[in-house]
Amino acid sequence: MPTTAPTAHALSDVTASDSTLRRFLHGLPGVDAVGLEARAASLGTRSIKTTAKAYAIDLAISMVDLTTLEGADTPGKVRALGAKAVHPDPTDRTTPTTAAVCVYPDMVAVAKEAVAGSGVQVASVATAFPAGRAALDVKLADVRDAVAAGADEIDMVIDRGAFLSGKYLKVYDEIVAVKEACGTSARLKVIFETGELSTYDNIRRASWLGMLAGADFIKTSTGKVAVNATPANTLLMLQAVRDFRAQTGVQVGVKPAGGIRTTKDAIKFLVLVNETAGEDWLDNHWFRFGASSLLNDLLMQRQKLATGRYSGPDYVTVD
Amino acid sequence: MSEKTEKTEPRLSVFKTYKLYVGGKFPRSESGRVYEVTTQTSAAGAAGKGKWLANAPLASRKDARDAVVAARKAFGGWSGATAYNRGQVLYRVAEMLEGRREQFVREVADAEGLSKAKAAAVVDAAIDRWVWYAGWTDKIAQVTGGANPVAGPFFNLSSPEPTGVVAVLAPQKSSFLGLVSVVAPVIATGNTAVVIASEKSPLPALSLAEVLATSDVPGGVVNVLSGRTAEIAAPLAAHQDVNAIDLAGADEALAKELEIAAADNLKRTLRPQAVDYFDTPGIDRLTAFLETKTVWHPTGSLGASGSSY
Amino acid sequence: MASASAFEYAPAPESRAVVDIAPSYGLFIDGEFVEAADGKVFKTVSPSTEEVLSEVAQAGAEDVERAVKAARKAFAKWSALPGSERAKYLFRIARIIQERSRELAVLETLDNGKPIKETRDADLPLVAGHFFYYAGWADKLDHAGFGANPKPLGVAGQVIPWNFPLLMLAWKIAPALATGNTVVLKPAETTPLSALFFADICRQAGLPKGVVNILPGYGDAGAALVAHPDVNKVAFTGSTAVGKEIARTVAGTRKKLTLELGGKGANIVFDDAPIDQAVEGIVTGIFFNQGQVCCAGSRLLVQESVQDELLDSLKRRLSTLRLGDPLDKNTDIGAINSAEQLARITALAEQGEAEGAERWSPACELPSSGYWFAPTLFTNVTQAHTIARDEIFGPVLSVLTFRTPDEAVAKANNTQYGLSAGIWTEKGSRILAVASKLRAGVIWSNTFNKFDPTSPFGGYKESGFGREGGRHGLEAYLDV
Repeated sequence: MPTTAPTAHALSDVTASDSTLRRFLHGLPGVDAVGLEARAASLGTRSIKTTAKAYAIDLAISMVDLTTLEGADTPGKVRALGAKAVHPDPTDRTTPTTAAVCVYPDMVAVAKEAVAGSGVQVASVATAFPAGRAALDVKLADVRDAVAAGADEIDMVIDRGAFLSGKYLKVYDEIVAVKEACGTSARLKVIFETGELSTYDNIRRASWLGMLAGADFIKTSTGKVAVNATPANTLLMLQAVRDFRAQTGVQVGVKPAGGIRTTKDAIKFLVLVNETAGEDWLDNHWFRFGASSLLNDLLMQRQKLATGRYSGPDYVTVD
Repeated sequence: MSEKTEKTEPRLSVFKTYKLYVGGKFPRSESGRVYEVTTQTSAAGAAGKGKWLANAPLASRKDARDAVVAARKAFGGWSGATAYNRGQVLYRVAEMLEGRREQFVREVADAEGLSKAKAAAVVDAAIDRWVWYAGWTDKIAQVTGGANPVAGPFFNLSSPEPTGVVAVLAPQKSSFLGLVSVVAPVIATGNTAVVIASEKSPLPALSLAEVLATSDVPGGVVNVLSGRTAEIAAPLAAHQDVNAIDLAGADEALAKELEIAAADNLKRTLRPQAVDYFDTPGIDRLTAFLETKTVWHPTGSLGASGSSY
Repeated sequence: MASASAFEYAPAPESRAVVDIAPSYGLFIDGEFVEAADGKVFKTVSPSTEEVLSEVAQAGAEDVERAVKAARKAFAKWSALPGSERAKYLFRIARIIQERSRELAVLETLDNGKPIKETRDADLPLVAGHFFYYAGWADKLDHAGFGANPKPLGVAGQVIPWNFPLLMLAWKIAPALATGNTVVLKPAETTPLSALFFADICRQAGLPKGVVNILPGYGDAGAALVAHPDVNKVAFTGSTAVGKEIARTVAGTRKKLTLELGGKGANIVFDDAPIDQAVEGIVTGIFFNQGQVCCAGSRLLVQESVQDELLDSLKRRLSTLRLGDPLDKNTDIGAINSAEQLARITALAEQGEAEGAERWSPACELPSSGYWFAPTLFTNVTQAHTIARDEIFGPVLSVLTFRTPDEAVAKANNTQYGLSAGIWTEKGSRILAVASKLRAGVIWSNTFNKFDPTSPFGGYKESGFGREGGRHGLEAYLDV
């Protein structure tokens, strides 16, 4: 897999100054909202049945970043989540593990212990999640804390205020700094909070900005605002990672987060991946779902496929 | 004072040489042919020839072709002019005609065999017809176009556009009011016209050309040919660069023949119909030579929505 | 054609069980299914399998006579009905079409070969929408801008093509009935079935006998219909050559004529276009219904400065198109409607190659039976190439380039046709400037192949005259 350092690729000079970066981002092709949403909706009509559905469900389970990001989180809650990530369906040990559990930095150590040896990654939100309104030093301390506790992945939020006021280089520099704080051990997911960026043009610019700054993943949202992942904004980000790799050779992952609750929705996203970025992204190294309740629906559908009966909530675990 | 003659000989008048009107110029027929035009008196119909009026140019196929070239050349500018501008130009025609009212009353009386009073009524109606169509130029799009409420995130707008070059067979009987009634609606919307004047009574049409030339109507917007209607109309109906044809001046047999020829490039064809040119017209002569263009524009929401699950 | 990926979509066929096709069908005249006077029948096949679907009575001149007579007889009462009553019949029809839309979608896919995705999501919703729209006009004609109390014309003779069989029927019948005319309609010989099912819908709706008559048949029946002296209105959708023939036929009569004919639509992509959406629009423009669409964007005019980028994206996108069983819900490209049409597409594509254009298709396996043509792209095409001038009516895109907006408009207009065009740019003023210069009846800016009952459709120049759809569509059926 391509692992070129971000500064080595063909676009390194666009981040030379605020004005070159602005010119580059504003020179990206525009996005027609109606056309983008129509394409996403059209891919949403794909009918995924039988063997394809079984494949898609297992793939989706393996891509879940099982998430708890509540003020009320406790070690007990996180341990239960970890157990669920490792054995999503206790009645069927052929069920794949989820990709990761995603927790606040202070829960990383607990989570790490809960998934030890399973291959499940521990992701931690950081950088004053979800608002991102803190001084850079504080954000970096947040990141270092999580990494020190063993986080395999860091989900940072960008400074949307800076982005919306056009201070692209500030956003860029911050991502570069966080990436550096991640060191070599943690992969960096950059959250744009697409619902706050509001326009598709902004989402495309943010995607390129994040990738130029060294993001390993670009991620839609925190799950804490009204509009989170949608087929359209995820489709747009998939186009961005596809085009970025075509231009630079660097592959970047995509993570829609928030609002994806059903198997049907998850499969629609996988169709988007398959027909936009392509099969290279059909792997949990390159595509994730940030979700919590989605997993149980995937499990119920998996049971239905295996047994031919519709399952019910009492047949999956509530954790 | 000096000595005078007892009795003045009537002054020898100056005849007008009637010419074609093509591309804003007044050429003779390239063929060099003319034909004799006489008065149409009520007696003439029964007793044969009326009084000699003039030798009108007998336009040829090549004159027709030149007129189409001129009309095509003028189409871009005229159809691209603002509707307000076209309205003022048409109104200017009425102003110019008003000033030459007496001339046209005389010509129409001679041409159609009308009494002075009846001819005056015809000319007045014709002048008023220019005023009527002058007022239509910037309204027809609002009446025939508009936004269509499509079931989707699109702004969809239909607007009328001129068809292009229109061949007009002016009415044979109503040589002036009829002529104005078929020419004005064609050019009001931005088309350009190649007009075949009434075969027997072409002089009012040829004089109208002189008015158009001094009324800010750009050269080539209206081109006037006189001669044998069937001879000139045939090449126009078959011409691939003519977009439409008004058959007002064709008899039944000629109209059918021309409509068949016009099918070769699917000209918009207005068949002859019984019209009292004194009646206030509707908008059908305007819409007959309009195309409807419908343009779709995506609208969508202001921001990225979450609605496409 | 989708490359062998880890995520192979399993077959997802729509059930054929929702439609019950009888082994034989008659002509629908005066409310009854009857045999042709001369007893002739023809077979209709499924173009994706060549399976015979049914045997259909073939109308001849004598049947045209019977049908026109029935329509004439029905006209007096139908035109005298209060508009509000005619409206209710049309609303009934719209509702029954909605109820039976899955059945009709499957039927249309079987008889025409187009993907179920299209019949289900485009054809049928538009068909029902069209009847619903014109139903509402029936009692509001005084307000339509054609003067007070506008009168119907009488008997309408209508001849429709095979590319959108039921939708073209709706475009013809809905405005005709709303305005008080009665109709005799001839569907195309390769796609008669949905029109015959529509006859059954008329029966269910209780439509008076003779108001709608359906005559499956060939060109001779169509010619007899448009030439019939007791027909007052002729409406035709089809090829420009036949359109001209019809225009000659009705010359010198009082028959009102509307023609919706061929096209060679230019899809113009400027360098500041929303590229991803433009690629989708190009695909929709030429591969929707296998390109068998009169308003298809069959000429791609791309600004030279983005040519490489756009073509790379387009080729990548074409590689994801799924060609195959039209009943499969995941099929993007279905079958060509007939062997005859396939031969025409094949011949024109070969001519494109012979004239030196560069041909490209994605890797693509065609089914062994049925009529199929791979999505095809020609580059290095100029205005002089046959494939840039002739309507191919198939999944074949000719790519031309331009340098300036002036050149784009000049090339777009350099055709005898004038039906559709597309403009792709993010600059609003350029959209409006270019749209105003294009000589075409329907222009899509930053979208393509969108249709709506309220939106007038029809061409400039040799693409025909008259408009279908919207308020404008009423004029064709009123004596105004």
